[in-house]
Amino acid sequence: MKTSTLRKTFGWIGLYGLWIAMSIITIVPIYWMIVVSARSRVELFDAPTLLITSFYAPNYIKPLTDPVFQRYLVNSLIVATSNALLVTVLALLATYALSRWRLPGADNIFFWTITQRMAPPAAFVLPMFLIYTRIFKIGDWTMFDTQIGLILLYCVFNLPFAVWLMKGIMDGVPVELDEAAFVDGANRWTVLTRVVAPLVAPGLAITFILSWIFAWNEYLFAANLTSVNARTITTGLAAFVSVTGTNWGEMAAVATVAILPALIFLVFVQRYIVTGLTFGAVKE
Amino acid sequence: MRSNRMGWALLAPTLVILAVVGFLPFFYVLYVSLFDWNPFSNQLGMQWAGVNNFRRLVFDGAFLDSLWRTGLFAFTSVTIELALGFLLAQTLVNSFPGRTIFRTIYVLPLVMAPIAVGATWRLLTIPGFGPIPYYLDRWFGIDFRLATYADQAFITVILMDVWHWTPFVTLTLLAGLTAMPKEPLEQAQVDGANRWQVFRYLTIPMMMPVLLTVIFIRLMDALRIVDEVFMLTSGGPGTATQFIGIHIYRVVVPKTDYGYGSAMSLLVLYFTIVLCWLLFIALAQVGKQRE
Repeated sequence: MKTSTLRKTFGWIGLYGLWIAMSIITIVPIYWMIVVSARSRVELFDAPTLLITSFYAPNYIKPLTDPVFQRYLVNSLIVATSNALLVTVLALLATYALSRWRLPGADNIFFWTITQRMAPPAAFVLPMFLIYTRIFKIGDWTMFDTQIGLILLYCVFNLPFAVWLMKGIMDGVPVELDEAAFVDGANRWTVLTRVVAPLVAPGLAITFILSWIFAWNEYLFAANLTSVNARTITTGLAAFVSVTGTNWGEMAAVATVAILPALIFLVFVQRYIVTGLTFGAVKE
Repeated sequence: MRSNRMGWALLAPTLVILAVVGFLPFFYVLYVSLFDWNPFSNQLGMQWAGVNNFRRLVFDGAFLDSLWRTGLFAFTSVTIELALGFLLAQTLVNSFPGRTIFRTIYVLPLVMAPIAVGATWRLLTIPGFGPIPYYLDRWFGIDFRLATYADQAFITVILMDVWHWTPFVTLTLLAGLTAMPKEPLEQAQVDGANRWQVFRYLTIPMMMPVLLTVIFIRLMDALRIVDEVFMLTSGGPGTATQFIGIHIYRVVVPKTDYGYGSAMSLLVLYFTIVLCWLLFIALAQVGKQRE
């Protein structure tokens, strides 16, 4: 009896010790970034301390009032939001089609496109660049360096996953509901928008948020398919590396701003993140 | 009433977008890979090269080195993540006070932009004010300089990946463990099986589909890593952390060797598809065995 209580106590200490350690390991790098963002250049090279003793505001004010940086931020917002909206609407239509009609070959198409998401993006940078600069052009206008270019491109990564995610949810809505509405004289469109869409709304919200986070976080394509007008915040952040005599405080501030929206969204999607990241293969 | 036409119409916008930005590049890269094409070289336009680009690839030491390096990195980091993730998932199966809080903190890195993860780790490791070099020097007398020592850079990239993705492995395995039926485990304990036996002969086989799914996703992610490494080490020092993604990028963007870069892209794509396919077969086998 006594040994088992002893073992239990040790078990508890071990468990909490482990998880407190894990939390510290997780938090410290993020916390350090915030610390750096709150210090001036001189303070940074003083004796290292992990405490935030003062707040050096120019690190934030300078980039946030810079028109170039503001444009990056606005571009990121526009691209991420439009892409997430587009993906959500298309996924709703597509999964409704896939779950209510027997469309030969349609499933295979999505299976194929999922390999696109798995493929190394670096392998697609070149073809996308060439297509955007040389094929999709009308007169002087090309898809290169446009927001619409990025919005469409991110569909390649977000759409297959959104269809995967929504398909299961859509199959859960009984066909009888559709049929009952038809009897009442509703047409397809009304059924989809008034009956089915509200029922799958939580799934749509998760799709939207996960797509948004992906589009917001993407770097490689954003860096290579834009030059001036459509640059996003991730490219802005990466630009700090190449600049000589990097202003680390400012870089930390920009990085903090860049991760903030995703961290806020995390609160809403935490429960679904596994389903999202495994394409619904593992449900939580 | 139920003609297929309406169904295809609803599906059409999705298919059109995927065809234009998903399939077109694939065929285009196939086409370009058969040419010598460097817009900034003396010879103008595309010169027919046949399979020469591919022939060149097989003997390209730098390319093969970076493939090997990528494989080593992916294998090491995924192994560590799996072992650590499994251990941590086991501790989260039973509810305890504070579990939700620990879990919430623990998943923070998952939604961070990879480029921001790279920035975070760069700030940790800058000589002069980063805490890692400072404490390593003070406590262990280790001279830690990412830009100088290849081994340190490689290990740090692995640690960064482990920090970033172990939460994902943990949560996925946890989902699998939670969904697992409890009866066989309890029955085995009644029958006198010890912990190791239960783990080896019950937990592992029952978790196989989830384990393979995690390995599949993580391996694919690790093989195509670019952003974090680019931010942390830019592939250096030398080529110590120049993984395949960065290597292709280097050939294609600064050198504008389009034909050769396309061939390289295709070959890497081919390897990815073969690997995907092998893992899918493994998954299907496991699925069959269970029935």
